[in-house]
Amino acid sequence: MKVATVTDGPWARFGMRRAGRLVLSVWVLVTAAFLMIHVLPGDPVRAALGPTAPLSLIEQRREALGFNDPLWLQYLNYLRKLLTGDMGVSMTSGLPVQEVISARLGSTIQMALLAFALAVVVSVPLGLLMAVLARDSRRRGGDWALTSAGVVVATIPEFLMAVGLVFVFSVQLGWFPVAGRSGPDSYVLPVLALAIGPAFMLARIVRVELLAVLQTDYIRTARAKRLRAGAIYLRHALPNALTATLTLGGLLLGSLVAGTVLIENIFAWPGLGGTIVQSILAKDYPTVQGVVLVYGIGVLLINLVVDVALAVLDPRSAIRES
Amino acid sequence: MKATAARRWTGALRSPLGITAAVLLAAVVLLAVVAPLIWSGRADAVQSAEILQGPSSAHPVGTDLLGRDILARVLVATRLSVGLALLATAIGVTAGLLLGTANVLLGRWIGRWVGTLINIAVAFPSLLLALFFAVIFGVGAKGAVLAIGFATAPGFARLTQTMAATVSGRDFIAAARVAGIGRMRILVRHVLPNIAEPLIVSATMAAGSALLAFASLSFLGLGVQAPSYDWGRLLGEGLAQIYVHPAGALAAGVAVVLAAMAFNLSGEAVARAIGLRSAQTGRRTEHTYEPPPADPEPDGPDQPLLAVENLHVTFPAAGGPVTPVRGVSLSVRRGEAIGIVGESGSGKSLTALAIAQLIEHPGRVRAERLEFLGTDLREKADHRRLLGTSLSMVFQDPMTSLNPTQRVGRQLAEVVREHQGADRRTAWRRAVDRLAAVRIPSAERRAKQLPHEFSGGMRQRAMIGMGVMANPQLIIADEPTTALDVTVQRQVLQLIANIRAAERVGLLFISHDVTVVGQVCERVLVMYAGRIVEDLPTDALLHDARHPYTRALVAAVPDMTTDRNAPLAVIPGRPPDPHDLPAGCPYAPRCLLATDRCRREDPALTTYAIGRRVACWHADQAPAAIPDNRTTVPDDDKTDDPIAAPLGGERP
Repeated sequence: MKVATVTDGPWARFGMRRAGRLVLSVWVLVTAAFLMIHVLPGDPVRAALGPTAPLSLIEQRREALGFNDPLWLQYLNYLRKLLTGDMGVSMTSGLPVQEVISARLGSTIQMALLAFALAVVVSVPLGLLMAVLARDSRRRGGDWALTSAGVVVATIPEFLMAVGLVFVFSVQLGWFPVAGRSGPDSYVLPVLALAIGPAFMLARIVRVELLAVLQTDYIRTARAKRLRAGAIYLRHALPNALTATLTLGGLLLGSLVAGTVLIENIFAWPGLGGTIVQSILAKDYPTVQGVVLVYGIGVLLINLVVDVALAVLDPRSAIRES
Repeated sequence: MKATAARRWTGALRSPLGITAAVLLAAVVLLAVVAPLIWSGRADAVQSAEILQGPSSAHPVGTDLLGRDILARVLVATRLSVGLALLATAIGVTAGLLLGTANVLLGRWIGRWVGTLINIAVAFPSLLLALFFAVIFGVGAKGAVLAIGFATAPGFARLTQTMAATVSGRDFIAAARVAGIGRMRILVRHVLPNIAEPLIVSATMAAGSALLAFASLSFLGLGVQAPSYDWGRLLGEGLAQIYVHPAGALAAGVAVVLAAMAFNLSGEAVARAIGLRSAQTGRRTEHTYEPPPADPEPDGPDQPLLAVENLHVTFPAAGGPVTPVRGVSLSVRRGEAIGIVGESGSGKSLTALAIAQLIEHPGRVRAERLEFLGTDLREKADHRRLLGTSLSMVFQDPMTSLNPTQRVGRQLAEVVREHQGADRRTAWRRAVDRLAAVRIPSAERRAKQLPHEFSGGMRQRAMIGMGVMANPQLIIADEPTTALDVTVQRQVLQLIANIRAAERVGLLFISHDVTVVGQVCERVLVMYAGRIVEDLPTDALLHDARHPYTRALVAAVPDMTTDRNAPLAVIPGRPPDPHDLPAGCPYAPRCLLATDRCRREDPALTTYAIGRRVACWHADQAPAAIPDNRTTVPDDDKTDDPIAAPLGGERP
């Protein structure tokens, strides 16, 4: 049954299209990461080693890094090495970049996923509540209050949210540690700071989408069937509102990944966010290149997952596209 | 044109949102200009005796590591923070405009490649793009401006591209192209002015985002470098001292949020004023049929299934409430089929919804009597079970009336699961059975499909199958054949007729099509401007209708003998606006028989023969005496009778 639908025309076309787009995006990303170093003004090796480094050392390092080869050869070498999982060597620590990344990637993913899960878990019921309140003429004030609070909270960027949370919960109340990753309580503030904004944003989307869905003919049909209000909201309205929510949620997850960079720096979290900022400041280009690549591929994978989830939830979107 | 545009822009200022935005924005701009002139001395004065002091009268938010006044520093930093953000936005907007109009500027082929690149770039969050560009352009204020500018560009390019594409498709652009006007000129003269307003709005909002992005980069140490300082940098310095001296970090944070909000709110206010984003609230409505259950009374033998007297439906409106249904009375007996015909806006669908208790919140239903199976539906009791099992609705437009994300079988099964407590398997079997009964081929397989896999006719039949899931006593069908082509329409009508004959179900059939009603129903109620104007047996419809409107409706139906060279018959004039009903008979303005009395006094619906009612001052005139109200010449020697031709076959 499942196999039959997957090999069907529209699904195959959807799969091909999506795979094609992914390959193209990855290629653009890899090429951009490669060129990033080569369009830099000046000599990256000299910049990394500092103005006092002897010329012989610079030349030696240039040779070792292959900077003296023609550009196309460097590009081919870069691609070849990438395919074998070799991302070069950090200019500051001398460790292979892939080792640096794999040591720190886990904690970044952990934080991003926790925050995303929290945002989703909070936003769907919150959006539903706002929609229910908005449709009830007697309790519209509740909807107004929640919506306004949401607008204000969603404007505050995550790093300011983090500062605020640290101020209240660490400095004033002393409930949670200010920084670092130690016990479970060290997760609370970073994950909250990352999740609060997206949660309210998603809740607003859920609310708007639900209100739109509640106007549709099929909801009138459901009401004509005299279903309980709960069944109408949960069984008929919510699944139809989730398509758009998921689309925007995917975008949000992407920007959540970007938010981890700031949050990790604020909370001294041992993840990639700290690595990329330190290596940009230290002009450790191979590391920067590697981390940029990992972030980029992460975002592309998220988009892929969202698209596939959308196609499964709402097959028409996939078919319409192909 | 210009004037209205200007009015819309100033209109943005009049809302509370607009005023807040304008005040905040003005404050930000003012500070950016004057703060460095006034406070830069204070901000840079190093006082080693006053390091890291808390708030005091001399230093309202305290001092930093070098004893400098933090408030002054935050205020002075306004200029650099806002200025750099605006610069970055300008770069982003320019680059975005160029990329987004590459299609127009550089031709289709290059435009497509640029479009692909934009699509890929848009997928990445702008902060990651900014970090990427920050590496290329180097650490520091200049690098950060360029980085944020280029990170803003893809999103803006996408927006420009989408809007330019819609404009480019319009006729005047095509005309300009044909006239040989150059690409650049088309772009500047014709495309950009048409998309300027939304672009300005999003540029304003982009400035807010750039401000936040800049604060992030400076906060991370990648933006403004010491000894210069912007809000991001102050925030970073403050965070290091947050235990000793939290106000330092918070002051800069508040400044960033307020300034970003000033830009965002301004964009939002303008967008609302020029109508880009209507407040998305939707119709706020909720229905009121919850409270405790009451068992339906058993109906007496001669009691009608449905009895409605003097039904009104009222909606609040800008110029006072409107009442699109004004005093409808009707009854339906067991096994009887009643048709309601009328033009759109005559109130027939609202009558159906009101009877079914499906009018939503701002609408109000009043009636002297509203009884279904002996239960007074006006009582605030829970009629859910009664209505859910004994009354079913078949809606028009099967494309939108089925839930697109649920399997058809499940949508049918739900009815008996909800009201009759059937288990999943039983309910499913019944759904498949009903789908087969409405002649859905291979019902077992089809039941597992989603509505979009059905054809229009199949969806309508599935809808009818849903209507008979729970053995209803009354089916209310609202234009069930309108969206269908003629052959399918015939099948669906046949199906309804069969169901009715087999189960002795009452039917209230609503249609704008007098022919269709004639095929299915025994009685016809003709509605006009929210009222029943005539009530007559179907047999009488063709030759013995008394109301001029009924006559006109019948005459407007083309048939086999209609002269196809003559223009299609229509009823001249329009139905009256429910906001502004004329005095007297609402049909009078369109009626050829109208006299002064018609224009003065509204005729009531009165019985003039057994089972026949009409609301017309001239109903006593023999039908033949009523002039035909068609615009074309009437065709008198009709041989074919489209209305009397029975489809169902069991009409009395």
